[in-house]
Amino acid sequence: MKRFALWAPLAIFALLFAVVASGLFRPADKVVRSAMVGKPLPDFALPAMVPGKPGLTSASFKGGQPRLLNVFASWCVPCIAEAPHLMRLKTMGIPIDAIAIRDTTPAIAGFLRRNGDPYARIGSDTASRVQLALGSSGVPETFVVDGRGIVVKQIIGDIREDNIGEIVQAVREAR
Amino acid sequence: MSGRLSLALAAGATVATLLFCTAPAAAQPVTPPAHYANVQLADPAKEASAKALMETLRCLVCQGQSIADSDADMAADMRALVRERIARGETPASVRDWLVSRYGDYVTYDPPLSGLTWPLWLAPIALLAIGAWIARSSFRRRTR
Repeated sequence: MKRFALWAPLAIFALLFAVVASGLFRPADKVVRSAMVGKPLPDFALPAMVPGKPGLTSASFKGGQPRLLNVFASWCVPCIAEAPHLMRLKTMGIPIDAIAIRDTTPAIAGFLRRNGDPYARIGSDTASRVQLALGSSGVPETFVVDGRGIVVKQIIGDIREDNIGEIVQAVREAR
Repeated sequence: MSGRLSLALAAGATVATLLFCTAPAAAQPVTPPAHYANVQLADPAKEASAKALMETLRCLVCQGQSIADSDADMAADMRALVRERIARGETPASVRDWLVSRYGDYVTYDPPLSGLTWPLWLAPIALLAIGAWIARSSFRRRTR
């Protein structure tokens, strides 16, 4: 009993040290993932953002084909970086729809002119309502939605070169 | 010579200032925040319950703050959502559940008791029990 009391403080210190050190070497993952992955898309109907391109409703994701749902904005800098990769996904035959967060028609039109337009439809989410309903915590984010309107994958942040493979695979598996 | 040197230094300093001090292009929404992001509800009772709820919801962008404290655009959108739903007569619990179903328990500062969170609830009780046990044995020693 006495021997235990002698060593207990050191043991407790070692335990605390291990906890702190593990936090230092493996920092916590601060990414907030959507809890909607695996669930059907929330019901929404967003008006068109730019003339000549339809707005976006959740019903349009039930057409039997998997689609990408890109959450973006003209004021978002990483969205410019991911634009060429979205264009590449489009040329691979993957349909892409978008939700523009708190944006204006001229700003989005300019963005599409400068960075290319991979989108089949763009809905205008002026108060981030649909973004919140999707469990998206920022721009850009991309959701892979299967042909029945169920979210199968979420990509947080801009799509990079090395994300393309996993996206194509998720779309293929969702078919 | 020294004049030219100081001119060069001044030019260098200006370039450095331009390089390091210009703010990056502001990544902020181009539309103003929703009405209820920064406007209180007319009904004081509803505003009080909305405010109490906002103080226990985590801002997803600046993760140490509640949406009531945060200045982030997303927090403003979430405040507007909370106020509108409370104004419509929803209970704070159902608004919280709605957000938890989107973002997981992470979004609430009032975590529910679950398989993952039970240590949070049990640890204080266990520590109190250990403290009582230590106190009891040391008091007993003293009375002897």
